[in-house]
Amino acid sequence: MVETGTDRVKRGLAEMLKGGVIMDVVDPDQAKIAEEAGAVAVMALERVPADIRKQGGVARMSDPTMIEGIQAAVTIPVMAKCRIGHFAEALVLQSLGIDYIDESEVLTPADDDNHVDKWAFTTPFVCGARNLGEALRRIGEGAAMIRTKGEAGTGNVVEAVRHMRTVTSEMRAIASMDADQLMAAARDLKAPYELVKEIAETGKLPVVNFAAGGIATPADAALMMGLGVDGVFVGSGIFKSSDPQGYARAIVEATTFWNEPEVVAKVSRGLGEAMPGLEMETLSEAEQLARRGW
Amino acid sequence: MTRVGVLALQGDVREHIHILESLGVEGIPVKKPEELGEVDALVIPGGESTTIGKMAVRFGLLEPLRTAVGEGLPVYGTCAGMILLASAVTDGDQPLIGGLDVVVKRNAFGRQNESFEASLDVLGLAEPFQAVFIRAPWIEKVGSDVDVIAAVDDHPVMVRQDSILASSFHPELTQDGRIHQMLLEMV
Repeated sequence: MVETGTDRVKRGLAEMLKGGVIMDVVDPDQAKIAEEAGAVAVMALERVPADIRKQGGVARMSDPTMIEGIQAAVTIPVMAKCRIGHFAEALVLQSLGIDYIDESEVLTPADDDNHVDKWAFTTPFVCGARNLGEALRRIGEGAAMIRTKGEAGTGNVVEAVRHMRTVTSEMRAIASMDADQLMAAARDLKAPYELVKEIAETGKLPVVNFAAGGIATPADAALMMGLGVDGVFVGSGIFKSSDPQGYARAIVEATTFWNEPEVVAKVSRGLGEAMPGLEMETLSEAEQLARRGW
Repeated sequence: MTRVGVLALQGDVREHIHILESLGVEGIPVKKPEELGEVDALVIPGGESTTIGKMAVRFGLLEPLRTAVGEGLPVYGTCAGMILLASAVTDGDQPLIGGLDVVVKRNAFGRQNESFEASLDVLGLAEPFQAVFIRAPWIEKVGSDVDVIAAVDDHPVMVRQDSILASSFHPELTQDGRIHQMLLEMV
């Protein structure tokens, strides 16, 4: 019997992206630059997070015409974002044949209580998380891939580091617990017990986990890989830099050779200006995208 | 102990290493040309074939890989790995290792929504294999020295030529080591 949309098939595509870089692109030309640089997938969206931040207003799913243009331009997987809880946008993306749907805090949430029931879809979902509880709630809803939220559009990696370190230390704590402590841990994390139990047994998340939100340089990518992520999303970091081709290629190479500083040094030489960065202290709570989603 | 390398430029390297280790051999990530000389067989994993090919070119691995495959190092490619071992792809222009006399069509079954798993008959295995296909390629044209050992709707999805084995599906996403065992039997 032939089965589509199984857990293994949905989670499996994320396994194939490991060790790679997924790049935000806003048109077919950018998508081609990303593919040429060696991206494993592209994220099709109308504005990169730095512009969403600057321009404000409600950020929504992209125009299907623009998404289809990008699908036609490249052979690598194409992802796209829907608003948190906006199952109608998610269904549209599924009907377009998007390879992964990002239910993303970078767009303005459509539901301030619930996320999309992702089990109901054939297309797999990736969701952001700041900590283990949030990651396990998303997996409980059917997410087949997780990414740290970081703070998108800032070019500042500090939040991505915080979120990854939080997830890792919470997993270590669970792995060291006795079986009779796991229900209390699930209560405290507000996470499904079965998934907490699985982490106690395996010591790792049941799905692939990428870094996102603030990665702007090859060394940022190497840093996140060194913290144990499976790969990286780069949003504004490529096309808001002074040399998109150069940055795209260098970040891909630094992600593969993250544990070889000579290679990271080599690819970092003479790259020119990275995207402009923002200090977290300059952002009000309302401007912090990572606080969206629950 | 038999040492099996897994090309580790990108892709599901860890899953291959796990399944190799469950078969009692050593699984070693290979990123550099010199590491290629230290292995008895090689797996080219699933991943994004255009990324793996480009990285192999940029980091000086493509020629050493061609030489190793040409000299008869037993090699098994899954999905992206099958594409990279093919002598040609039907469209696009991407770096290939070659060695396997087939023409491969990338994403032949479709996009992710068409990705599937199915019970597959594989020549040489007594019981069917639960095969996971992810944006999978199929083989469009087979050379005369190539044996087709599995097919879906008449499209070859697993082939063998001398010491080269390739499948468009991912046995490493299952717990079933029978296909990796075929590679080990060539060592």
